[in-house]
Amino acid sequence: MVKFTINGKAASVEADPAMPILWVVREKLGLTGTKFGCGVAQCGACTVHLDGQPVRSCSTPIAEAEGKAITTIEGVAGPDGELSKVQQAWVSEQVPQCGYCQSGQIMAATALLRDNPQPSDADIDTAMAGNICRCGTYVRIRAAIKVAAGLEPAKGAELRS
Amino acid sequence: MNDMPQQPQRSRAAKWTRRGFIGAGVLAGGALVIGVGVRTGNPVGRLGPLVAGGEGEQLINSWLKIGADNIVTAIVPHCEMGQGVHSVLAQMLADELDADWSLVRVMQAPADGSYVVTDTIRTFVAPGTLDAPDWLEPTWNGLFTKIAQLADGLITGGSSSIRTTGQRTMRIAGAAARQMLIGAAAREWDVAAAEITTANSMLSHKPSGRSAPYSQFAAAAAEQDMPQTPQMKAPENYRLMGKDVPRIDIPDKVNGAASFGIDAVVPGQTLTYAAVRRVPVPGTRVAKMDAAQAKTMPGVLQILNMGDFLAVVADSYWQAQQALNAVTAEYTAPESTIRSSDDQFARFAAALDAAGDKGGEEVIGRGDVPTAMQAAAKTVSADYQVPYLAHAPLEPMNATVWARDGRCEIWTSTQVPLMARSAAAKALGLSKDDVTMHHPMLGGGFGRRLETDYVVMAARIGQATGYPVKMIWSREEDTQKGLFRCADMSRFTGGLDAQGRLTAYNNVFTQRNDPADACDCAFYDIPNKSIRVAEAELHLPFAAFRSVDHSQQAFFIESFIDEAAQAAGRDPLEFRLAMLGQSPRHKAVLEKAAAMAGWNAKPAAGHGRGIALTESFGTIVAEVVEVDMSSGKPRLTNVWCAADPGFAMNPDGFRNQMEGGIVFGLTAALYGEISLKDGAVEQSNFHDYKLMRMDECPAIAVEIINGDHVRLGGAGEPGLPPAAPALANAIFAATGKRIRALPLAKHFA
Repeated sequence: MVKFTINGKAASVEADPAMPILWVVREKLGLTGTKFGCGVAQCGACTVHLDGQPVRSCSTPIAEAEGKAITTIEGVAGPDGELSKVQQAWVSEQVPQCGYCQSGQIMAATALLRDNPQPSDADIDTAMAGNICRCGTYVRIRAAIKVAAGLEPAKGAELRS
Repeated sequence: MNDMPQQPQRSRAAKWTRRGFIGAGVLAGGALVIGVGVRTGNPVGRLGPLVAGGEGEQLINSWLKIGADNIVTAIVPHCEMGQGVHSVLAQMLADELDADWSLVRVMQAPADGSYVVTDTIRTFVAPGTLDAPDWLEPTWNGLFTKIAQLADGLITGGSSSIRTTGQRTMRIAGAAARQMLIGAAAREWDVAAAEITTANSMLSHKPSGRSAPYSQFAAAAAEQDMPQTPQMKAPENYRLMGKDVPRIDIPDKVNGAASFGIDAVVPGQTLTYAAVRRVPVPGTRVAKMDAAQAKTMPGVLQILNMGDFLAVVADSYWQAQQALNAVTAEYTAPESTIRSSDDQFARFAAALDAAGDKGGEEVIGRGDVPTAMQAAAKTVSADYQVPYLAHAPLEPMNATVWARDGRCEIWTSTQVPLMARSAAAKALGLSKDDVTMHHPMLGGGFGRRLETDYVVMAARIGQATGYPVKMIWSREEDTQKGLFRCADMSRFTGGLDAQGRLTAYNNVFTQRNDPADACDCAFYDIPNKSIRVAEAELHLPFAAFRSVDHSQQAFFIESFIDEAAQAAGRDPLEFRLAMLGQSPRHKAVLEKAAAMAGWNAKPAAGHGRGIALTESFGTIVAEVVEVDMSSGKPRLTNVWCAADPGFAMNPDGFRNQMEGGIVFGLTAALYGEISLKDGAVEQSNFHDYKLMRMDECPAIAVEIINGDHVRLGGAGEPGLPPAAPALANAIFAATGKRIRALPLAKHFA
């Protein structure tokens, strides 16, 4: 039995201690916003926060979560579902295409902005280089991070002509 | 999906034109439904060749529904894989309908043909005309055949959705519904239809001060005669078309709520999970399997030797994969003698050598190439080659299956839900009516999900288990064992006259798939041309890759044009512009990209700029790439892209697709390589099959030219083709080193 909190709620699961957090979260807790992309910490689609630090959940055993707090994409918005600044920027910049990598991108960007509220382009490169977007939305991810940081105005996702 | 349109209580159908028709009905509760069909052979501009099916086939593409709550639902047949199709098709329909965008919803048309297509449409839209349900199930005859069979309405590819379904059905459905609503209101209010105006899902009659929501006349509208030629808006009256309407699918993609195939649940059932290992070399079989150790591992339920693959089914995917790693196997000897990439390219070279100057199958023959070549003041020759590529969508291949009692239910990410259903039915010996297909969003398609191999594998596993099972490929399987963009080699000789004009053009290559004209840069005025294909055996199975043949042909052609400019001693931009006298739209696009890049200003020391121009899927695109070679390795700084899709229905969505296509193309150009060793793929995961990342991505600027409001081009693919040649040309400009074999980064390792 491994005990931890998931998005602020206490949880305990029967699982092989070596089972990666990814599969516990997806299969045992039914939280499918965290994605499987590569299984070897190469693509970042599975990024979650463990005690606030971004980790690759596909390669982190659930035993490491004992007594700790796991936050997934489902736990990023406020209790009433209000989107975080990062999520809002992802909408205003119309970032996602297929969207499969974007949970991981948002988890990585959220951690970046918490530790470094006004990141430079080089900071963004360093923090985000572990997250692959096969659709190629990097230009918009960069813009959205700057919008969330207040460094650039939101383009605004409303009817524009 | 619970909100499917019910069987209409009353229905009518009418001819719309010789080639198309509209049907309308009213549902329980008074909702109006409109269906639009198009017959094959509809000669709408360039679409004619796309709809080349048998005469008399009737293609039902889309529906709209107006409910009692005044909500307009666009039922979109195409799959959402990131291209924004759900949003933009609804946008087109809503504009013609004068709908209030905040009251518009989108529903994915189900792949359960027994409901929507076979029964409902046959009885409702076109009674008695669709006797053969097989019209829905085309066989694979290339991507364009699939698009032609849009019938299905359930094929998504070829950058086709806006210009086919959007233009020919969503807009028609919206316009027809609006006219019928007006007709119903005119009758009830006893006023002239011409005096009724529509806006924001409301009908108004200003002289009498009356107004009503669409819902009030939805049922009565179904009784109206069909408009024989629905009045479509002229561009100056577009209200939503051409605007940056936000994508409907995005909010759910930032909070984890969006559901992809891999997220499928089987209601009320506990899932099991399958990990799979296909044979390493295509065409071989499992000769021997040893699963003694795997059988004892925790969570393992079944270990299957399926002949062409092995599967372990377990309580969790991780347990299944751990156990599969412990299974050892031996395989039969491959028949193909292609063992390495060198073997593969040697086949290509042999085919080109055998074809010589005139051999192979002619694709384009114009003028008199031998005479023009003889008369040339200078000739230039080059061979180019590209490797195999894996599509690598970030969502690995997967499917969830529950097969029992002669029925099978499937959940999967697919671009071809009806074909996947048929393929699974055939593999299991079932009727396709016994197979139900659920197809949520795709975590990337790029052509890989036009194939049904993985769905069939999951169906076979499901048949063996009898209980619900979710099969997931590892990234290693996805990289090594799927279907691939073909490798290819292309040989050119060009003849330049004394003025440095390209007067003779001789080209032969080995792989031809789709589109048929991808090998011809027809917009350049080159008087004597011979383009031929000399087929050569491919070791790995083929699947259409984003932009298909353009993905390699653009690199071949636009690299060679650059070499011809160099041989002529002319500027690459000026050389191209001089050949565009007959192609004003192409010229405008090329000039625009050059202006954006500041082509005439000298780049910084160590930097170089390259340019390329293509037309694919009806859209003209020019790109300028700037590369910094000062470190000795390519670092991309900027891409400037100008594109003319005719008319961009959603400019921001179009720009997003161009940006994505450019990154996809640059990724392939710089890094993309699937190579062979002992007949098997060498690469396995993202450490050795590298994809572009944030820190390598250049700044990208996109400008749109709306050059033709009638003949629209696509968005999903056309951004890709110019990227590779523009980059290779930029590296040449910076270094003087001409690279003729992709991937580029390998030459600077």
